[in-house]
Amino acid sequence: MSEISEEQVAHLANLARIALTPEEISSLTTELDQIVDSIAKVQEVATPDVPATSHPVPLSNVFRPDVVGNTLTIEQTLQNAPEHADNRFKVSAILGEEQ
Amino acid sequence: MAKDALMDYDKALELFEPVLGFEVHVELNTKTKMFSSAPNEFGSAANTNVSPVCLGLPGALPVVNEQAVRYAISLGLALGCSIAPSSRFARKNYFYPDLAKNYQISQYDEPIAFEGSVDVEMPDGRIVTVPIERAHMEEDAGKLTHVGGSTGRIQGAEYSLVDYNRAGVPLVEIVTDIIYGAEADAPELAKAYVATIRDIVTSLGISDAKMERGNLRCDANISLRPRTAAGEPPAPLGTRTETKNVNSLRSVERAIRYEIQRQAAILASGGTIIQETRHWHEDTGRTSAGRPKSDADDYRYFPEPDLLPVEPSVELIEELRAALPEPPAARRRRLKADWGFTDLEFQDVVNGGLLVEITETVAAGATPAAARKWWTGEISRVANVQGVEASALVSPENVAALAGLVDTGTLTDKLARQVLEGVIAGEGTPQEVVDARGLAVVSDDGALIAAIDDALASQPDVLAKIRDGKVQAAGAVIGAVMKAMKGQADAARVRELVLERAQS
Repeated sequence: MSEISEEQVAHLANLARIALTPEEISSLTTELDQIVDSIAKVQEVATPDVPATSHPVPLSNVFRPDVVGNTLTIEQTLQNAPEHADNRFKVSAILGEEQ
Repeated sequence: MAKDALMDYDKALELFEPVLGFEVHVELNTKTKMFSSAPNEFGSAANTNVSPVCLGLPGALPVVNEQAVRYAISLGLALGCSIAPSSRFARKNYFYPDLAKNYQISQYDEPIAFEGSVDVEMPDGRIVTVPIERAHMEEDAGKLTHVGGSTGRIQGAEYSLVDYNRAGVPLVEIVTDIIYGAEADAPELAKAYVATIRDIVTSLGISDAKMERGNLRCDANISLRPRTAAGEPPAPLGTRTETKNVNSLRSVERAIRYEIQRQAAILASGGTIIQETRHWHEDTGRTSAGRPKSDADDYRYFPEPDLLPVEPSVELIEELRAALPEPPAARRRRLKADWGFTDLEFQDVVNGGLLVEITETVAAGATPAAARKWWTGEISRVANVQGVEASALVSPENVAALAGLVDTGTLTDKLARQVLEGVIAGEGTPQEVVDARGLAVVSDDGALIAAIDDALASQPDVLAKIRDGKVQAAGAVIGAVMKAMKGQADAARVRELVLERAQS
């Protein structure tokens, strides 16, 4: 039962900015399809009175008071930047607009 | 950039019905960011308000700012929304360097507030109820500066510089439902809606709400649908565009008007509207195409595994509800009644943005009428000439003091305007200006009588006429006396005295 198409995989790869060869797209389509099928088995045991789980930890309302804490120094902040200028991260010209 | 064809606005409205929707982002003025204890501060040196969470460094764990949650709940309540007993955060995935971690933490299927409405007062005083679909919490993105190219815009840029100070600043995004029926008033409604949201967040004290700083940002969605004959079912909704970068109330109004005219021209010539982001350009008054709008699916939202659900107690919600300020529309209705202004007078005040000033001036002891007269009159005039806000010129206390000096007869209106000029020039309080410039009305009858007797003596023909009962002739003498007193006399008192002296 194939739910995942090669077009979907190619689209996802594009969104994730991952370059895939046609062979990789083909094999990933098969694999993702199997994964989706496996996960779909959960639906067989889920009943309407079982709420969806988004988190395995049974906690809520874990907050932090609005108090200023430590920040990084500018050297720490930029230490892993491949390039920087004027204390800012330098990135190649962006094709496409802001989100 | 080719100019868009535009249809005449009235013609566009004849053919099409505008359908609106707004997304307003409100930056909260908490001390720290949404998920990190880095400062939420405007204007700091680049990348100095940054923690590992803001940079999305491996192992960094976001923790929710409690104050931001309280603010979001208060805002939700002020928008008439229900507060979700349980809401959660989601990752919105996209690749763009304004956020270092390749996703924005937002809320998707379980927003903290949903299904409300806001009463918006139109320039003509009508109330329009705007339906609110939801208000959700999220984090702001960093700021990019595009370098190279001629315009500083993205097109032609050689590279971009990223400052993450704003990344992670708490936002509440307010999303309206589809708004029908605005018709030709769509631009005014858009402006009035954003102004109302600004009023609400200002009265809650949860945001600095300065549009020019991006504390309050409006994305305006608009589509047109062709009108159908009476009795026919309405046409399906048209394709919408989302106009961004609209950062003043005036631009909101202009951008909507522009999009109506642009879309109408395309549709009328048989074209189709592309679903896309449009960027508003304040300088040219036009919009330009941005990227095609992604489907929500493309953001691959999923529950944020690093954060736990937010489940506000009923007690907390009720505590925040009890602390809500009076809604802006109700406040306006109350003030109008309290002050006894006519519709026209009150609209003048509202459109001049002077509600707060007049409230404070009245609180400082002036009558509402005097407060209105000064603020919408002379002070607004000077503010216009100087190109500044009226509130920046003079304090409500000084306006009340000035009005008091007129009431007690120390100043005439004319003298009071000179005193105001002195106060605006920074010469001190009204009383100090009166003392320093010697501007008080001469209320010493002796001085007035001396001046009157002089004037009568030098104009015997006038004196004869007055004695003949031609009272209107007294005007010439009154004028001479006022001139002699350098305007610092009460003309009515001078008139009384002139008539008295003429008969003696």
